[in-house]
Amino acid sequence: MTKVLVVTSGKGGVGKTTSTAALGAALAQLGEKVVVIDFDVGLRNLDLVLGAERRVVFDLINVVQGVAKLSQALIRDKRLENLWLLPASQTRDKDALTDEGVRGIIAELRTKFDWILCDSPAGIERGAMLAMRYADEAVIVTNPEVSSVRDSDRIIGMLDSKTVKAEKGERVEKHVLITRYDSARASRGEMLSIDDILEILATPLLGIIPESQDVLRASNVGSPVTLNNAASAPARSYFDAARRLMGETVTMMVPAERKGLMNRLLGRRAA
Amino acid sequence: MMNLLRLLGGRTASAPVARERLQILLAHERGLGGQPDLLGLLRAEILAVVSRHVVLDPEKVIVRMDRGKNVSTLEVDIEVPNGFERSIAAVAT
Repeated sequence: MTKVLVVTSGKGGVGKTTSTAALGAALAQLGEKVVVIDFDVGLRNLDLVLGAERRVVFDLINVVQGVAKLSQALIRDKRLENLWLLPASQTRDKDALTDEGVRGIIAELRTKFDWILCDSPAGIERGAMLAMRYADEAVIVTNPEVSSVRDSDRIIGMLDSKTVKAEKGERVEKHVLITRYDSARASRGEMLSIDDILEILATPLLGIIPESQDVLRASNVGSPVTLNNAASAPARSYFDAARRLMGETVTMMVPAERKGLMNRLLGRRAA
Repeated sequence: MMNLLRLLGGRTASAPVARERLQILLAHERGLGGQPDLLGLLRAEILAVVSRHVVLDPEKVIVRMDRGKNVSTLEVDIEVPNGFERSIAAVAT
């Protein structure tokens, strides 16, 4: 059965788009048929992170308005034949996105894919509300930082009240994905720990993505980190998270970046 | 343990402060139930009703909501000045 999953956070810059790309690619690499939808109308970026920015012809709004057929707007990944992208519009007014339109598109995609991943824009405006509207499950991307945790809490409240599932008295299955985690800083008490975050949000953990240079390196070249460097610490964490989404039981690891000898000697760390 | 780390690191651990601030803030925000100004509205209406009978200092009306696991509590704390009966008499005449 198809699962509609929203990747959301409230706060911007915590890694929604990066995580959508990485989870979408990981699911496709594990054999699932996946479509990722960019809901950030006016500020699309999922195409860029997936390296498909020059292949966009039609977009989500074109489909909503009937200018293009869904099949014309879908872009198939060049590396993963199971992965497809429905890009957002870069120029249109975000009010062009309608509840009816989104409902129709999700219904049509449900007949063709195993997973529909909705990359939510930041904030709690129309785009974000429509991205979560038809979700069966939600991944709440959270950084170990006070403003991100506060916004995640707010978004969790909305998932429990503003989605179609919630309105029918059902539950959207929610998972917290902690990104940019630095276990060394957390153990020194400089950063909120995993336990702190989970206790405050009272939501189960999907995975812990370590702070890593591999994430930026992957987005620089337009390739999901699970594809660009599948053996890297963040990629392994995303693969584990994808397996958990598929219902497998995978032991939760707190991943540590393997620091090179030179880095250790120089004592390099983020300011 | 934390103190030991603090001694070794020579720096104060800030994560416990972050955790405590969040817990207090979210306990307050969750009570709002998605309505950003529910508490403000309650406070204003309670103040209006009580003020019809008693002269109050609006600063001394505190409305607080605490969310528990099973039940939530709404706490209303109104400080009434001494000799308020005289105030009522004054209002009534």
